Amino acid sequence: MNTITRRQALGTSAGVLTALGLAAAATSASASATPAPSTPTDAGTVDEVYKGRRIQITPGGGGHHGGHHSPGQPTVRIDGRELHVMRNADGTWISVINHYETFADPTSLARAAVRELQGATLAPFAPMGGAA
Amino acid sequence: MTVRKNQAALTPEEKRAFTNALLELKRTGRYDRFVTTHNGFIMSDTDAGDRVGHRSPSFLPWHRRFLLEFEAALQAVDATVALPYWDWTADRTSRSSLWAADFLGGTGRARDGQVLDGPFAYATGKWNVNVRVDGRSYLRRALGEGVAQLPSKAEVDAVLAMPVYDAAPWNSSSSGFRNNLEGWRGANLHNRVHVWVGGQMGTGVSPNDPVFWMHHAYVDKLWADWQARHPQSTYLPAAGTANVVDLRDTMRPWNDVTPADLLDHRKFYTFDTEPAAAASQR
Repeated sequence: MNTITRRQALGTSAGVLTALGLAAAATSASASATPAPSTPTDAGTVDEVYKGRRIQITPGGGGHHGGHHSPGQPTVRIDGRELHVMRNADGTWISVINHYETFADPTSLARAAVRELQGATLAPFAPMGGAA
Repeated sequence: MTVRKNQAALTPEEKRAFTNALLELKRTGRYDRFVTTHNGFIMSDTDAGDRVGHRSPSFLPWHRRFLLEFEAALQAVDATVALPYWDWTADRTSRSSLWAADFLGGTGRARDGQVLDGPFAYATGKWNVNVRVDGRSYLRRALGEGVAQLPSKAEVDAVLAMPVYDAAPWNSSSSGFRNNLEGWRGANLHNRVHVWVGGQMGTGVSPNDPVFWMHHAYVDKLWADWQARHPQSTYLPAAGTANVVDLRDTMRPWNDVTPADLLDHRKFYTFDTEPAAAASQR
């Protein structure tokens, strides 16, 4: 039954997304990223409040804060903290919060992270690592 | 020789020895270094760049080596301990003895996902989540909430029937046994189990939940089962492939071990489903 709840939540997200795309273009005055040149799915800048948390998504393309991202990777922030995200080969997305489950676009990915966080704050972004 | 047993067959004494060894590794800080390593690879393994631990052919040998190192750390605490495996096709509900208070403890409470019973509950003071992706330092689970059903035996059998180990482009979009087992394609086996458990198991710091090791011990066993069913099939790719670990390439972070070194698990351990004779060959 909980699965149904999540599906309903995702369904809702998908429905809202279209409307959100319209609003997105007008809300990114503070972002430093260049206007999005890439595909429609990830072109939009997003600045929204979802379940009380601020989600900000700025398109990639410039490696504007250190260059540790793949080219074209957007920057996703929740209440100002960066969420590590990754694009899969098939165009879907994962994050460090939902690593084993794919999402259609960065907005639904960010919203899933907000639901999972249940009010908790993201840990400081640490893109590198790998040695014990 | 280490024998890895089905967790459902462990005696109460074996369960206690295993959880006590986990708690000791946690106390000394050794445990958390494994979590850090795993998350480092999770974040740096990409479909278009270098990839070693995940979404690539070396997913299986990388985790085999990772588990061997962890098992050796456990055995340095208690030489009688071996990694148990969790056959999630058989023990597939939150009422399984796996989740009882005398073993891993159960699902988290609704309010915040916190696990409240068993040896890894936050209130014990012995299992703080230190390597984390958010501010929460307690173990969390949401059994069966992210996805309702664990993979079935029929779904596993269909993946075990696939004759080819892996295929170009050697990432999360590949066909073949490895990617169907990892779960980016097809019925979704390994990935789905992480989501079914939920909490930290759904994140890059999934080894914070001790069930991580038992899940991967079973994934590892499925690789061995596949090898037994397809003796003519081998690890791919063989050589000269960009960004991924070929058969005789070394793997980070160890840099001294290759997939070829790890193809035969019987050099290191056997499973309780295998003839005892296999163990005496060593």
